[in-house]
Parts: sequence; C-alpha cells; structure tokens
Amino acid sequence: MKILVCISHVPDTTSKINFVENDTKFDTNGVQFVINPNDEFGLTRAMWFKEKQGATVDVVTVGGKDTEPTIRKALAIGADTAHRVDTEPLDGFQVAKELAKVAKDGNYDLIIAGRESIDYNGGMVPGMLAKLIGANFINTCVSLEIDGETATAIREIDGGKETLKSSLPLVIGGQKGLVEESDLKIPNMRGIMMARKKPLNVVEPLAAETQTEAKNFRKPAPKGEVTLVDADNLDKLIDLLHNEAKAI
Amino acid sequence: MSILVYTESENGKLKKAAFEVASFAKGIADLMGTSVTAVSINAENVDELKTYGVEKVLKVSSDKLSKFNADAYAEVITQASKKEDSKVVVVSQSANAKYLAPLLSVNLEAGYASNVVALPNLEEGFVVERTAFTNKAFNMTSITTDVKLLGLSNNAFGLKENEVSLSEEDFSPELSDDNFKINVESVDKNKDKVSIADAEVVVSAGRGMKGPENWGMIEELADVLGAATACSKPVSDMGWRPHGEHVGQTGKPVATNLYIAVGISGAIQHLAGISASKNKVVINTDPEAPFFKAADYGIVGDAFEVVPQLIEKLKEFKANNS
Repeated sequence: MKILVCISHVPDTTSKINFVENDTKFDTNGVQFVINPNDEFGLTRAMWFKEKQGATVDVVTVGGKDTEPTIRKALAIGADTAHRVDTEPLDGFQVAKELAKVAKDGNYDLIIAGRESIDYNGGMVPGMLAKLIGANFINTCVSLEIDGETATAIREIDGGKETLKSSLPLVIGGQKGLVEESDLKIPNMRGIMMARKKPLNVVEPLAAETQTEAKNFRKPAPKGEVTLVDADNLDKLIDLLHNEAKAI
Repeated sequence: MSILVYTESENGKLKKAAFEVASFAKGIADLMGTSVTAVSINAENVDELKTYGVEKVLKVSSDKLSKFNADAYAEVITQASKKEDSKVVVVSQSANAKYLAPLLSVNLEAGYASNVVALPNLEEGFVVERTAFTNKAFNMTSITTDVKLLGLSNNAFGLKENEVSLSEEDFSPELSDDNFKINVESVDKNKDKVSIADAEVVVSAGRGMKGPENWGMIEELADVLGAATACSKPVSDMGWRPHGEHVGQTGKPVATNLYIAVGISGAIQHLAGISASKNKVVINTDPEAPFFKAADYGIVGDAFEVVPQLIEKLKEFKANNS
C-alpha cells in the first residue's frame, strides 16, 4: 500500500497572532512552525500502517524552502520520502491542484490530509484533492482501518459518529482520534539522523490558478472586563444572563 | 441567477441552520437585486422557509438519499445550481456541509470561502469576511471565480424574518452509482441530546472536575439549560470524556449564545475555539485563571459547591419563566 500524507506548515498553537504590512501578512517574527496538528494525527496513523501492514509512506507539502524543517521532521518521524512543491501556498484550490499532480504521479492508494490547517482553517484541500483526482473522500475521520482494498472509517458528525466503508483510492480529512494524542511520535536521535539521508524532492509547481485571495486581516476587538458575581449570589448571575445577556 | 441555498434537514425536519443560511442568502439576494432559491433533500414543511425570504424551493425526494452521502448531495446541489444558473451558492458549516462543500466547489468551479461571518462587500469584486487562525483573527477574502460558494459560520448571522411568497417545485437530479461509492454502514447519534453544533447553550468542564465520575452535575446543568456538554482538551486526552466533546483549536469550535465553562483554566487554544460564542461564563476556584480575562461573567468558587446550587436556582427560574 502506498500512502501519501499531506503536511501543512503552520504556526504552533500557542503562537501570538499578529499581522504586518498593513495587516495583509501574518507576522512570522518569533513564531515557531510545526506540522499542522490535524496532519500529525494522520502521519502517526500512516506510521502504524507502515509498521503493521508494510505500507510505504511519502509526505508532501506545498511551500517555500522555509517549510523544509517541518517536512524533515515528518521524515524523522518515519516517512520514507518527502516532496516539496516549490511554490507559496495562496489558496485552498491552488494547493489542492498542486497536491493532485503529486498524488497522480505517485499513484497512491491512500492519501491522508488534516481536516483543516490551524492557520487559515479553509477545510477544503482534502475534499478538493479527492474530487480532482477522482478518489473517494471521507472527512473528519477519527478512525481508519484498511483491509486489502477496503477502508473502514469512522467519521465525526454533529452529535455522533458514522461508520463508513470505501474502496481505494481514498482521501481522508483526518483529525484527533485517528490516533491518541499520547501516541503522537516524537522524532528520536536515530530518526533525525536517518532523515538527513532520506530523499526530499523539490517538485516544480504547476503554477495552478487560484480562486480566492486573502486580503487584509484584523484581530477581534479587545474583550471588556469580566463581571464577577459572588458565589453566594447566584440569583444575580441568573438575572444577568436573563436580563442583560438575554441568554436564558 | 437566483442565490441558491442548501437547506439541511434531519429526519425530514429543517434544521435551525437552514433558516439561518436562508436569512443570509436573502441578505445577499437583496444586495444583488435577485431572489433566493433553496434546495432541500427529503425535507417536509419547506413552506417555513418563506418566513426567511426563500421564494422557491427545489424539493428532492429520494430513498437513495435517505442517508447523507457527501458526493451525492454535492451532485444534487451542483445540478440545482446549474438549473438556476446561480452565481452564489450558500451552505452552512455543519459537519455535513463542511464535508460536501469542497466537492461542490470543484463541481461548480466555484471559489469557496468557509467560516464566513458577514454579508459580502460588493464594492470591490466579491469580498467576504471569514474567521482564520481559529477565531484569533478575521480575514477579508476575495472570491475571483464567476460562481461563488460560501460556508456561513453557525450563529454568525442569526435568523432574520423577511416573509415572501414561496413556490415549491419537485426536482429530480440525475445521480449515478459513482455518486454512491462510499457506504454508510451505521450511524451512532445520541438522539436525546443536542449536539454542540446545534446547541444554543453549551456547558463545558475541565480538569477542575477531578475525575469522570463527577460529570453527573455537568450533565444535569446541561439538562436544565437544554444544553450540549463539552470539555477541555486534557479531559478528552485522559479519556474522561469522548473526543467529540473536545472544544478548542484541535477540537471543535463553539459559536453558541451561552458557553458555561466549569473548572477550565482557559488555555489559549481553548479560548480561541470558543471565542465566537456570544456570552461566556466561567466558574473556577482560581481567580488568576486566564479564562476570567476572556469571560463575560465569572464566579470565583468551587464547582462542587457552585454547580449544584446553580442547578437548583435555574430549575426555580425555569419553573417561574416557562
């Protein structure tokens, strides 16, 4: 089984979010970049398929040279080969098209992406990619088993879960649940040493078109002071929630 | 040229989100000088949509579509959109809508903006405001394709009444076996409980509850308020509560009218996930907990004392105000 894991290079979840150049660009100053958490759960699940079912695991990202430490980390975790499509990601569609080219060329059985990146939160790349290459697609996937040519997946729905069966090739939009947080792999020294020798292919971009353009950003208005209510005066809280907030 | 809106239903009944996306579509239609057409799948009582400005409903009735199937549903909306020659298509941001939207986007060659929070600005093309960085920022996004697809964030626009007269039309899209390549084997949904996505009120609890055995009072508080239950990341990581309840940056976003956090300190990732909620209440023993900076109302106190009292007081309140 050939697996491709799509990796997005994103600011760490604790990053302070600021913008520069008239609020048109994310301020990367002092920001630590990591593998997108939703992708990392999928990468770890892919490692399981490698160890237990003999799968080969490639990883791919779309981005400039600055993304290489992130994709190297995926190699250190255990991926076999990395591909970096050498272009700035501009919108979900452009990224999906670039990934579709890599996916087609590699003839993968299973493509794992995160349900969304934690920076732009577009939530569109996995589905678009599937549609562009004619593969099946399962989103918000929290469990995945492959038996021969059949995938059994559990998808999170509003208020519950759904079990689905699909043939391959399949694209999933993964998230926490594919593996547990405690099972996430941290690269060890041997992995890091080996990663230096593993192939990292720089792929010429298609120069795919975009469909959207991210313009300026703004931060939410600062929050007002909290209204503290005494623990012995819950009637006051109920009054505030009813009359002021109109929430109950 | 009408605005097409996909109005979701469950067990034949239109969801609240359907009325919200209809209200939003009507807002766009007014800006663009056109009308709103809805497409519904196996929904009854679509007449209710007229209250929110829908003039025409394309009614799809099909046993094959009795269970949600993203590809088939996307195909239905694609054909409805082409039939209406719609330039703007609106969906919600339910789990199902988020699943089908990228497929629909490719079918229609429509630029897709997700998590949209306001009506488009048409002065310089077609620009929408959406949330990014898990609610830590808003981003203006310009859609440059001929057809535009918008995913409206839950509770971002609200319901706006705007009564018009409505016509219903049966619509039978052509679907092939290729649209049904994924099989739904089983659905496990708690029918007695409101989901986080649909809830007006969410009661959420964290490590301050000390153990999963103490969740009874959280469930009871949620029951009194007709609320969904949620939890912080450590709580789901420790297996005290299911992953589906985890709220935050890597869990679920919550955009509800009232969010009550019990024994949650307020990590930055958690606060980001709930920041779109309108009213936030925190109950925590530690007055220095970061959550107090993000909350509208706060109680410094022990959850084990405050919550049971709050339940009693709310029961009284509900009895007097129903």
